Amino acid sequence: MTEQKALQDYLIRLADSDMILSQRLCELCGKAPAIEEEMAVMNVGLDLVGQARNWYEYAAELIDDGRDADKLCFLRDALDYRNLLLVEQPNEDYAVTMARQFFFDVWHYFTLKSLVDASDERIANIAAKAVKEATYHLRRSSEWVKRMGDGTEESHRRIQEAFDLLWRFTGELVTPDDTDHAMFKAGIGPDPEKLKQDWFGMVREVAAQATLKTGAEDAWMYMGGKSGVHTEHLGLILAEMQFLPRAYPDATTW
Amino acid sequence: MYAQLVDTGTKRLKTREEMSPEERDFQDKIDAETKIEAKNWMPDAYRKTLVRQISQHAHSEIVGMLPEGNWLTRAPTLKRKLQLMAKIQDEAGHGLYLYSAMETLGADRDEEVQKLHDGKAKYSSIFNYPTLNWADMGAVGWLVDGAAIVNQVVLQRTSYGPYSRAMVRICKEESFHQRQGFQILLDMMREGTQAQKDMVQDAINRLWWPALMMFGPHDDESPNSQQSMVWKIKRKSNDELRQMFIDQTIPQLEFLGCTAPDPDLKWNEETGHYDFGAIDWKEFYDVLKGDGPCNRERISTRRKAIDEGTWVREAAVAYAAKQKQRAAA
Repeated sequence: MTEQKALQDYLIRLADSDMILSQRLCELCGKAPAIEEEMAVMNVGLDLVGQARNWYEYAAELIDDGRDADKLCFLRDALDYRNLLLVEQPNEDYAVTMARQFFFDVWHYFTLKSLVDASDERIANIAAKAVKEATYHLRRSSEWVKRMGDGTEESHRRIQEAFDLLWRFTGELVTPDDTDHAMFKAGIGPDPEKLKQDWFGMVREVAAQATLKTGAEDAWMYMGGKSGVHTEHLGLILAEMQFLPRAYPDATTW
Repeated sequence: MYAQLVDTGTKRLKTREEMSPEERDFQDKIDAETKIEAKNWMPDAYRKTLVRQISQHAHSEIVGMLPEGNWLTRAPTLKRKLQLMAKIQDEAGHGLYLYSAMETLGADRDEEVQKLHDGKAKYSSIFNYPTLNWADMGAVGWLVDGAAIVNQVVLQRTSYGPYSRAMVRICKEESFHQRQGFQILLDMMREGTQAQKDMVQDAINRLWWPALMMFGPHDDESPNSQQSMVWKIKRKSNDELRQMFIDQTIPQLEFLGCTAPDPDLKWNEETGHYDFGAIDWKEFYDVLKGDGPCNRERISTRRKAIDEGTWVREAAVAYAAKQKQRAAA
C-alpha cells in the first residue's frame, strides 16, 4: 500500500465514523430524555458533521477524481464506507446510545490528540480544532456512564447490559491494520500500541468509577468496518441518509 | 404566532372603579410602559394568562423540532445538514429559555409539560401538519418562522419583563432561520431541476393556509384578546399581525417565482394592503382540538421521549445525591 493510498483511506475512515455516528444522533431529534439532552445530542452531532466535512474535503482533494465532499458522503455504498462498526449500531435505549458514545469518544479523543502532532499540516490543523470538541464529548459521555452506572438499580442494569452488548465492537477501535501501521510510520496516525493502552486505561478507569464491569481484552471481536464489511445496519442508514441525492441524480444544488 | 387562543380567565374588562387599589397601580404601570418583573404584584389572572401563553410558546418550540427532525436524517448535503441541526438546537434552546421565563411566574416546567402530554395544553397548530418533501425545510423556515417573527417582534414590547427579554434574544435567531429557509427555496427555484421546483410549490401550497392560521381567529372571534391587549401581553390584534405578514410575504413569494394557493389574493390600491381569501376556520378549530393530521403522533412522540427517559433523569438525580453525600462524609 502506498502512503498516499493509506492516507486517503485513513481520512475516509475518520470522516465516515463521524458521519455515521452523527446520523444515529440525528435520529434522536425530539426523542431525547430531556430538553437539555436534545441540545447536547444535537451539539455533539453538529461537531461530528463539521469534522466529517473537513476530513471529506481533504480526502476529495487527494483522491482528485472530480468528487467533492458531498459526493463522497452521499454517493458511496456500504462496501466503500469505512466507519467503525460500533458507530452504526442502533440507538436502542439511552444507555446503549451513551455506551456507544463513550467507547467512541475515548478512541476519538486519543486519536485526535495524536493527530494534532501529525507531520501533515492540514491534518494537524483539523485535529487541533476537533480535539477540543472531542474533549467535551468525552467529558459528557464519561459523566453519563458514571451517572448511569452509579445511579439507580435500573440505570446500572441498563448501562451494564449496554457495555456487554457493545463490547464486541470495541476491538476494531484498537486493532491496527495495514493502513493504521502505514499512518503511524508516516508520522501521522497514533502509535497503535499506545492507542490500545490509552483506550483500555481510560475505559477501565471510568468503568471502575461507574461500578461497571468491562469485557476481556481477548474476547471475540466483531470487526470489518475499516475494510468495508459492515453489519446489516449500515445499508439502511445509507438508504435514508443518501435518499435525496440518489433519487434526484440530476439535481446539482440543494 | 406560537400562542393561539390563550384564555385570560376573564369574562369582561374591569372598569377603573371596580379595580382594587393594587389592580389600579398595576394597570398604571402597564399604561406607563413600565415592565412588570417577577417580584412585582400582579393580578392572578395576569399571571395565569402569561403562564398559559409562555408555556404554549415553549411547547411549540419543542414540538416544532419534530417536523424538522423528520427530514434531518435525509438532509441532502453536508451544509444543509449542519444548518438544520443548528436550527433545531436553537429551538431546543428557545424552549428551555421560555420554560425558565415561565418558571419566574411560579409555574413548574414538569407540570406544564405533563399538561401538554395529557392533551390539556396547546401548542401552535402549525406543527400538526406533516413535512412531506425536502422543500418543507425551506418553507417552514420562511413561512412558519416568518409568521412567528411578525408576532414575536411585537412581543419584544410585551409587558412582562422576562418574556419580553426572551423575545429579544429569540427574534435574532428566528430571523436568521427565516433567511436560511428562504435561501433553501430560492436556490431550488433558481438552480434546481423541474422536480425540485415542483417540491417548492408543493410545500408552499400545503403550508400557506396553516401559516396564516398561526395568527389565530379573527379579532371578533377572539374573546380573550381584549384583556390581553389591556395588559399589554398582546400588543397587536390577530388580524393586524396576519395582514402585516401577508403584506411582507407576497413580494418574497413573487421573487421566488411561486404562487399562493389563494385565487382571491390581490393587491388593493385603496387600502394599500393585499386582500386574501377566506380562511377555513373549521380546519383551524379541528386542528386545535386535536384533529389535525399529526396531532396524535406529535404528542405521542413527546410523551414517549419523556416517559422512556424517566430512568435516565432518575439516574442523574440519584447519582448527584450520592456525590453530595460523599462530599459531606
